[in-house]
Amino acid sequence: MHELAVTENILEIATRHATQAQAKRVTDIYLVIGSLSSIIDDSVQFYWDIISKNTICCGAQLHFHRIPAQMTCQECGHSFSLENNLLTPCPQCSSANIRVISGEQFYLDSIEIEK
Amino acid sequence: MMNNQRVTIVEKIMDANDRLAGINRSLLDENGIFAINLMASPGAGKTSLILKTIEALTSQIRIGVIEGDTAPVTIDADKVHAAGMPAVQINTGGDCHLDAVMVNNALQQMPLKELDLLIVENVGNLICPAAFQLGTHANVLIASIPEGDDKPYKYPQIYRGVSALVINKIDLLPYVKFDMDYFRQGVEMLNPGLVTFPLSCQTGEGISNWVNWLKEQVSIRKIT
Ligand SMILES: Nc1nc2c(ncn2[C@@H]2O[C@H](COP(=O)(O)OP(=O)(O)OP(=O)(O)O)[C@@H](O)[C@H]2O)c(=O)[nH]1
Ligand SMILES: [Mg+2]
Ligand SMILES: [Zn+2]
Repeated sequence: MHELAVTENILEIATRHATQAQAKRVTDIYLVIGSLSSIIDDSVQFYWDIISKNTICCGAQLHFHRIPAQMTCQECGHSFSLENNLLTPCPQCSSANIRVISGEQFYLDSIEIEK
Repeated sequence: MMNNQRVTIVEKIMDANDRLAGINRSLLDENGIFAINLMASPGAGKTSLILKTIEALTSQIRIGVIEGDTAPVTIDADKVHAAGMPAVQINTGGDCHLDAVMVNNALQQMPLKELDLLIVENVGNLICPAAFQLGTHANVLIASIPEGDDKPYKYPQIYRGVSALVINKIDLLPYVKFDMDYFRQGVEMLNPGLVTFPLSCQTGEGISNWVNWLKEQVSIRKIT
């Protein structure tokens, strides 16, 4: 599990931007995670509750926005998205000859602060 | 007065690691070293491939090895030493992966001026190492036949992020149910056109293709 390292990064990024914006407190953190990124929300939340204590981010709510993988079909050119099962054939022509275009996004989108 | 405000950030979570990876890359480039990050599940044959590679190239190029292990055992590093090449052991203290900081520390202990090729043996794991760039020029994945043909579908992220794939233990193909077409279809879906080296560290079959590719990569980056 590398969720601890990941959670520490989230705290560092959020704290840096909150301080820059002269926040009193961070109330919400919005994360964007592609469905091919192997991050477990519950583990991040678990570490978050521990390491955000006594920081400007203490008590902030984590929001995980999962975005599906983008696929294209090599047979018919159809573009579609997949939540998880990469064995799903093309919904238009049933071909298994499909390609992953994207799905490993992992970034901190924004924070909600109190000033 | 309380005042709520939304602050847009859009910063990659792995950004700090990626930046240090960039520094590692510069250090390698300054020394004309080609470096690979060897990833695989436990027991896929990372150390075996490193030893085979040293055996094949020992008189031609100088190879340094960074060994990542979760436990303070130097079994793998000792084997590299015995083969006559410099090795630095990183004990990750239970962590499931190497990161750019650990590799930076290890690089400080390496005789960089004397090396042509650096091989980093990552911790045996198909999930976590995929998220951490180390600064090497190529991420290389070893899949081995006994692991099964469904691994690309189950661990898509690691297959997406590599620039070469070794399929090890092909000597076991007669004994294990492994549908090569199904496996390759998964790889092609995630990483079209990926350079692939089917080989056996046991019999030596296919090793020369791998070694020739490495030699080519080394010569591209060599400072003369
Ligand atoms: N049959 C067969 N066995 C192999 C081959 N390559 C490696 N092995 C065996 O697989 C086992 C694991 O090999 P290692 O090279 O130690 O694997 P590793 O990936 O370094 O393992 P960890 O560092 O513990 O994660 C050993 O018993 C090797 O002898 C091969 O091509 N064929
Ligand atoms: Mg090993
Ligand atoms: Zn189609």
